[in-house]
Amino acid sequence: MPVIGVENVQSAGAPSACTVGKQGNMSSEPGNCQNHQDHDPDHGDAGPAKQTMPMPVPNLEVQYTKIFIDNEWHESCSGRKMPVHNPATGDLLCEVEEADTEDVDKAVQSARAAFQLGSPWRCMDASDRGLLLNRLADLVERDRLRLATLEALDSGKIFLMAYFVDLMATVKTLRYYGGWADKIQGKTIPVDGEYFTYTRHEPIGVCGQIIPWNFPVMMFAWKVAPALCCGNTVIIKPAEQTPLTALHMACLIKEAGFPPGVVNVLPGYGPTAGSAIAHHMDIDKIAFTGSTAVGKLIQKAAGDSNLKRVTLELGGKNPNIVFADCDLEYAVEQAHSGLFFNQGQCCLAGSRVFVEDSIYEEFVCRSAEKARNKVLGNPLVPGVDQGPQIDQKQFDKILELIESGKKEGATLECGGGPWNRNSLFIQPTVFSNVTDDMRIAREEIFGPVQQIMRFRSVNEVIQRANATHYGLAAGVFTNDIDKALTVSSALQAGMVWVNCYNAMSTQCPFGGFKMSGNGRELGEYALQEYTEVKAVTIKISQKNS
Amino acid sequence: RTMLRVVLSRTFPRISGISNCQYSAAAIPVPSAQPEVHYNKLFINNEWQDAISKRSFPTINPATGEVICQVAEADKADVDKAVKAAREAFRFGSPWRRMDASDRGLLLSRLADAIERDTAYLAELETLDNGKPYAVSYSVDVPMVVKCLRYCAGWADKWEGKTIPIDGDFFCYTRHEPIGVCGQIIPWNFPLLMQAWKLGPALATGNTVVMKVAEQTPLTALYVASLIKEVGFPPGVVNILPGMGPSAGSAIASHMDVDKVAFTGSTEVGHLIQQASGSSNLKKVTLELGGKSPNIIMSDANMAEAVEQSHFALFFNQGQCCCAGSRTYVQDTIYDEFMERSVERAKSRVVGDPFNMKTEQGPQVDEEQFKKILGYISSGKREGAKLMCGGGVAADRGYFIQPTIFGDVQDGMTIAREEIFGPVMQILKFKTLEEVVERANDTKYGLAAAVFTKDIDKAHYISSGIRAGTVWINCYNVFGAQAPFGGYKYSGNGRELGEYGLDNYTEVKTVTIKVPQKNS
Repeated sequence: MPVIGVENVQSAGAPSACTVGKQGNMSSEPGNCQNHQDHDPDHGDAGPAKQTMPMPVPNLEVQYTKIFIDNEWHESCSGRKMPVHNPATGDLLCEVEEADTEDVDKAVQSARAAFQLGSPWRCMDASDRGLLLNRLADLVERDRLRLATLEALDSGKIFLMAYFVDLMATVKTLRYYGGWADKIQGKTIPVDGEYFTYTRHEPIGVCGQIIPWNFPVMMFAWKVAPALCCGNTVIIKPAEQTPLTALHMACLIKEAGFPPGVVNVLPGYGPTAGSAIAHHMDIDKIAFTGSTAVGKLIQKAAGDSNLKRVTLELGGKNPNIVFADCDLEYAVEQAHSGLFFNQGQCCLAGSRVFVEDSIYEEFVCRSAEKARNKVLGNPLVPGVDQGPQIDQKQFDKILELIESGKKEGATLECGGGPWNRNSLFIQPTVFSNVTDDMRIAREEIFGPVQQIMRFRSVNEVIQRANATHYGLAAGVFTNDIDKALTVSSALQAGMVWVNCYNAMSTQCPFGGFKMSGNGRELGEYALQEYTEVKAVTIKISQKNS
Repeated sequence: RTMLRVVLSRTFPRISGISNCQYSAAAIPVPSAQPEVHYNKLFINNEWQDAISKRSFPTINPATGEVICQVAEADKADVDKAVKAAREAFRFGSPWRRMDASDRGLLLSRLADAIERDTAYLAELETLDNGKPYAVSYSVDVPMVVKCLRYCAGWADKWEGKTIPIDGDFFCYTRHEPIGVCGQIIPWNFPLLMQAWKLGPALATGNTVVMKVAEQTPLTALYVASLIKEVGFPPGVVNILPGMGPSAGSAIASHMDVDKVAFTGSTEVGHLIQQASGSSNLKKVTLELGGKSPNIIMSDANMAEAVEQSHFALFFNQGQCCCAGSRTYVQDTIYDEFMERSVERAKSRVVGDPFNMKTEQGPQVDEEQFKKILGYISSGKREGAKLMCGGGVAADRGYFIQPTIFGDVQDGMTIAREEIFGPVMQILKFKTLEEVVERANDTKYGLAAAVFTKDIDKAHYISSGIRAGTVWINCYNVFGAQAPFGGYKYSGNGRELGEYGLDNYTEVKTVTIKVPQKNS
């Protein structure tokens, strides 16, 4: 999953270091990017084979720009469209139909009809829902180059990252939940008295899903896969910055054979379409990934409307704790990719690196060197490590926080400003001597800006790491098993990585403590967020154990 | 034909648009009655090998009694070789042990895809070797194989251990590890399906396999072996050995380096397997054995449905089902009508060439079974049961037997106590609920049972009162890869399919780590 692609492409510098494994050699060998796309059965027992590096689809034309409701393409009710830009160049990629309240109503009606008692979707075998998700994964694999190119153009992320990380995670997530569909089991329960009781795990109903722009297609899969595997119907709003891969996915959903209305994709803005979803009286559940500020609005909207179930995956200011007894070079490398991956635009970013006193200077020095060596440029070109930030607003916010760091007395080790005039690129930036009260140590920057702090004792660092209203992820680097276990159980965070960072997989739950969110995505845990439990109790004439 | 429709309607995926998993009577391609046999050797370490003894045995087409081909015959020495290959594939650090669980799942999915692609050929080969009607092989056996493998594929990366809040300053978790080299011995009544039931959970959980297929029906398993290689399973993970029970089967059961044995077959051989484990290395044993399953028809049941389902319950697959509803208990007030309709239905059953699409019933699998069944029919007549229809041979060549019904059967008769494994239906009369539960349970077997009633209280009373691993209410022979299957009492040990099936292929390892200080 992500960690493999991240490490290798970045550390190797040249993407040609990636070996594409074939079916016959699927064991994860460190140092190899895995690619299971090629399933030529005739070469099942062939040894590992090198393949040429994936290349972006040249002159890619955007095919889908409309609203997807009831398996059909619609223009917006208002007639409005919104521009979609390539953040690397500022060029207009296309205009996309802009959904608003009326379109949301239309989509909800369609999703509700698809969910009605006796509909094809409700009558379908669970294993067939799983089969549809697997078919969708097959189609994503087929269109992997096109989707990765579209993703790189629309979000500015490195094409090879999109291909090896985002798209692979998308395929794996769809397959994983394809497998769950017929394994969501209720229980029979030994209740007191002459009764027989069992539970059914039923879909919640119409689910609103609002996803961000940092991993557009992967977030799409994280949201729709568990919802569909449990039998829900979906209205999903992709971010206005990055609607294009979601619309391509819509087309594949239809091709895979999902019944009309099961998935509806509405590009639009948060305050209009997003708000309409959050306030809707006929949406049974809402799942949101984005900022903590908007997360609060979503929760309020649910309270103001129909008490829809809410799951939130929000921001983070994640501690990454490096003890002196760790493998230093490896820790520097992991802390670097833990922050700079995806232009720093990760809720998981390890943006508070706590380094033990005795190795602090060395760690800072090596980290700054690593940051200085990063190659910025066109995300489609092999060898480039870092693309542009997503848009002007994010760009300005990041620069403003960098300035605050300088003003509040942190030491700027490298970077600290924009790169390449008139563009959205920011220099990889490292601050040392950061103290816990500085804004750059408290606020989520969501950009390529690394904060390195100093600590002395285990208890001190635990306390400082937890002194935040966030609680998404954390990292610990140490070779001491006692420290690893003490720190990992003491940290208030939904994910703790020991001697690794960003090591995510579709089998493993993901979500936040405290103001980083509510509920869990991925893994078996995510199924709870998309099911209602019904207890059925039947009077019987006589109990028999 | 009605029966077939019942079977088929269960198997049809209801999604339009998923083109390669649609089966309908109209879509069944015209079969070749002489499919070419591509593989007739032992499959060890992803290679085809002759038996070390160079011996081979004939496999017979039961519809004609003619030899289809010779097949290499595995013996103890070949089992040793296969176990070595399986052990090597399972060693610490091997590709199979280092593979991501999700990739094991992917391989099983690919195997399902390859089998689905070759549905028509596999169905032809199954019918040729086993005698079951082609329409059934094509629409029931192969699709269930595909579904079983896909289901198990999904489990591979979902078979989760736990972390456990033990007392003291410790951190405790469990790992669900594969057991190791698994011996699997499968029967001839559903050759492909039994192979999938055995391989799916074993491979999903990361074991390696030495499988002995029944000597009557080795051909489809060997073709599937070629697909296992094609989709990319590492060498030694699956080894397939055609051979005889007393030689190859016994060598597996007694082997000192086989960690687990799973057997499906007769209760008699089940005893031998368990004994062999005890005499050798205490390998784990799971058994899926015989049955004499009660099918209880209450007077308030939907008559037409009950008759049809009871017919299907017994006669499906030429009566060669361990879960066959072979004791049909009918409440006295509807006994006569039920009997009359059942006889009418049995008489209309089309027996003949299994490659003919109209055929409902093909030959029994071999001469031994054929003679054994005819012996049971004679005993039924001798002991005073009333022969209502059938009772004899149905063709002048091949192993065909007429659909047979006995009425006025008493619980003490041989045909009411022993597993016949043929198209012979016993109908018994009862008066009360309490009586029928007691009589239904008065058997050493406990595999399956069914009740037909519209009354929810009766349904619960009987389903909780019967000692059987599977109870069907107003249906019969309903199998899903998702639901566990296995027997109480002499019908077996352990469960196959469903999440429960994974337990039988898993060792649980508890890891406990001292920590400096607990934190809830």
